[in-house]
Amino acid sequence: MRNLKFLATAIFATVLFVSCSNDDDTPEEVNEEEVITTLTVTLTPDGGGTPVTLQTRDLDGDGPDAPVITTGNLAAGVTYNGSIVLLNETETPAENITLEVEEEDDEHQFFYTIGGGLDVTTAYANFDGDGNPLGTQFTLTAGAVSSGTLTFTLRHEPMKPNTGLGDAGGETDIAASFNVMVQ
Amino acid sequence: MRTYAFLILLLCSISSISQNCDNTLSGTVTDLHDGSLLVGAILIVAGSEKAVQTDINGKFTISNLCNDTYSIQVSHPYCLAKGFTVKIAGNTTKNFKLEHHLEELNQVTVEGKAFSNKSKTILENTISKEELERFSSGTLGDALNSLSGVSSLNTGNTVIKPLINGLHSSRVVIINNGVRMEDQEWGAEHAPNVDINSVGNLTLIKGAGALQYSGDALGGVIIAEASKVPVKDSLYGKTLFTAASNGRGSSITSQLTKSYQSGWYGTVQGTLKRFGDFEAPDYVLSNTGIFERNASLLFGFNHFDYGIEGYYSFFKNEIGILRASHLGGAQDQIRAINSDRPLIINDFTYDIDAPKQDVTHHLARIKGFKRFDSFGKLSLQYDFQRNNRLEFDIRRGDDRDKASLDLELDTHTLLLDLDSDLTDEINLKTGLMARYQNNFADPNTGVRRLIPDYDKYDLGIYAIADYRWNDNLLLEAGGRFDYTYMDAFKFYRTSFWESRNYDELFPEIVVEELANQILTNPQLNFYNASATLGATYDFDDEYKLFFNYSLASRAPNPSELFSEGLHHSASRIELGDLRFNSEIGHKIALTFQRDNDVFGFSINPYINTINDFIIIEPTEIQQTVRGNFQVWEYRQTNAQLLGVDVDASYAFAKAFRFNHQFSFIKGYDRTRDEPLISIPAINTKNEVVYQNPDLKNLRLALQSEYVFRQNEFPDNNFEVFIPQTETMETVDVSTPPDAYHLLNFNSSIDFNINKKSKLTVGFSVANLFDTSYRNYLNRLRYYADDLGRNFLLNLKINY
Repeated sequence: MRNLKFLATAIFATVLFVSCSNDDDTPEEVNEEEVITTLTVTLTPDGGGTPVTLQTRDLDGDGPDAPVITTGNLAAGVTYNGSIVLLNETETPAENITLEVEEEDDEHQFFYTIGGGLDVTTAYANFDGDGNPLGTQFTLTAGAVSSGTLTFTLRHEPMKPNTGLGDAGGETDIAASFNVMVQ
Repeated sequence: MRTYAFLILLLCSISSISQNCDNTLSGTVTDLHDGSLLVGAILIVAGSEKAVQTDINGKFTISNLCNDTYSIQVSHPYCLAKGFTVKIAGNTTKNFKLEHHLEELNQVTVEGKAFSNKSKTILENTISKEELERFSSGTLGDALNSLSGVSSLNTGNTVIKPLINGLHSSRVVIINNGVRMEDQEWGAEHAPNVDINSVGNLTLIKGAGALQYSGDALGGVIIAEASKVPVKDSLYGKTLFTAASNGRGSSITSQLTKSYQSGWYGTVQGTLKRFGDFEAPDYVLSNTGIFERNASLLFGFNHFDYGIEGYYSFFKNEIGILRASHLGGAQDQIRAINSDRPLIINDFTYDIDAPKQDVTHHLARIKGFKRFDSFGKLSLQYDFQRNNRLEFDIRRGDDRDKASLDLELDTHTLLLDLDSDLTDEINLKTGLMARYQNNFADPNTGVRRLIPDYDKYDLGIYAIADYRWNDNLLLEAGGRFDYTYMDAFKFYRTSFWESRNYDELFPEIVVEELANQILTNPQLNFYNASATLGATYDFDDEYKLFFNYSLASRAPNPSELFSEGLHHSASRIELGDLRFNSEIGHKIALTFQRDNDVFGFSINPYINTINDFIIIEPTEIQQTVRGNFQVWEYRQTNAQLLGVDVDASYAFAKAFRFNHQFSFIKGYDRTRDEPLISIPAINTKNEVVYQNPDLKNLRLALQSEYVFRQNEFPDNNFEVFIPQTETMETVDVSTPPDAYHLLNFNSSIDFNINKKSKLTVGFSVANLFDTSYRNYLNRLRYYADDLGRNFLLNLKINY
């Protein structure tokens, strides 16, 4: 019986101790480290001229706000040097995720999908260590006057080499579509 | 010394002066456990020749006693002898209680009587130790799945969550050795952290009737208990080894118990389980391995009327999640669903990579009880649990090996219970519960917290009384009240905070506004009442009718209140609601049972009406830079579940038995007038068992399991734009898979090694015909088939 009493006392003491040791510090903020908020495609005409910028920007990540899309028009017959930059702007300063993608080039690949009668062709301009396309750099040649969609898809851990999105597999890190006109 | 001598002399003289030796002592001798009268118990008055025996009514009378203190030894053939000290003052009445021996050595399973009833007006389903041992290499969910009315909500084949009469997660309370499991049970992909091999007896109560455990178990209560240890000098144990072809793994579990006549006892137990990738009939299910390590220690002292027991268990489980189920967005989902095979199939390996879960659960409990003749058995229990859950996702760069979810949930609970027999007919159980819980979400994950940091305080009080009206009728009534206070720190995205109008509804809880997030301090109070009312009627020795109504109230869990963001493992955005109130369920259950060795059955229809039922369902598609995601939002609605569970068993020839099970359930959202999601399809199990005790207890069983297609389901499909084809495509996440039929074979045979040791060899085959199938209740059914054929070899040694 004495043991029981001792035990009861000990238990109450423990509970009191635990309840009191609770501190009221507010937790620290977590900013998503991997979220990609902004994709910017810069298309610089071969031989100089004003670059065309395509951008999708979603500052609240997977929050309820839809991305803000900026598009541009291409000039018929012009070849552009394209480069893609990915940013996480929830952090200050913004984190450049392109660097991570390029570092892990064997695990990433950009795909360019042309739809709706848009007359453009694309070609990869940078490659991973095994000589397979990476695609953060590319060239784009605008053909005849037309309009349609231009979609950029970044796949993580795709099968490499592949013949396109159809057999690449992996997971979609980014899928951004732009309505584009060739004038 | 001289003073002592003097005192003794003085005392002696007093007693001799007041000597009056014609008193009688009378009373009854009963069994401590069930109160039954003990006939033929012998009472011996120490230091005299007096000895009497109890009569047919358990009564005795000892005459010619003086006004003095006597030592009386009471014994009975089936009980341990016990000494009592009785003070006689005039004619005295005294009732003695003796404890029955618990014969549990050498696996003589003591069922029913050794474990008291948890609810008297709901039929309890129990799984015997023998049955549990067949699931040694599986999980608690697998074992429960063998009961009618229980299905499981699976994430692959290793995360198995029990689903009782259509309800799961926070609506199913698991009591592990008297402790309510607080292991983040709210998540659909969180399996119970209980080692099946540490369980000696498993009881299922469908419904919230067992108010002594909780008032919020709308689905039911699962009670896992360690085996009782007999009060005598002994040392015994068992070791079980299972090897399985599917997963190419094995499990080993061992248990050793030492007990003493004095009442002291101790049990140590441990389990090690390791499996590599499991296989469907046509391919490897990549990254579905499991590595489980458990240990438990039980020690205590058990006496007739007081006892103390300590228990500690450690559970650690590393579970791989099917690699092909990790998706980037809606377009990936289409690719995955439209493909017959998982999109990622690698060679077999024992390695477990991301996505995976790594869960550790510590449980420590100390409990003491004392029986008081005047008011019953009083128990006091304190328990502590620490659950650490790590979830790893496919990540990029420096975060690659970092968990994306790191939650630590600590729970302290204090319980005070009193079980008293007010009269021979009335039993009253009352109790108090106080609980403190703290959740800490580690910010170093670099992923916004899925569950915020919070402190939670619970207080509960209950009373349940049962009254034996006559030999046939027993009535039960109970009530419980729970108060919950939750104090959380939650970061909301500013855009979400405003889109939900929370900036106007809850401006007072804002602590700090940051660049794109808002820190808030929600403090929530919930007051929950629950009740039970029931009756059991015995027609004769065989037929019984149970009726029970139970009212259950459940406060929303942190996931339902605070979710807000992308849930990677589900590839969807999940949104909770801060405005939720408690859900309230009314369940009426009826059971008609025939308890007979030749032909026995039970039929259990029920109807469960739940107001403010919290469900999660898809509402829209959200565009993000990563692609489109389906948004799943929690909402409250009125739901109704109705069904019937049937069990039957027929011994149609000597040593042959036919077992039948049938479960039928329908679930509807009464507000929207549509079916509820994830309701189990109708299913039936039929089994023929041959068991011959004369032939080394040879047991052969062939079981057929047929699961119908779920024909009633809500349409949650959505459309998504595919740039490659420039079309809108429907993502079919609703259509249930086809019906399937599985055949399982099970056999075992016993060999006596020596007088004390026995070896049981078992061989079984699951999914005998290697049938390809998908289960509606498996969250990974979109991506891969379920398990293919599995050969299992079991070896068990009792010593």
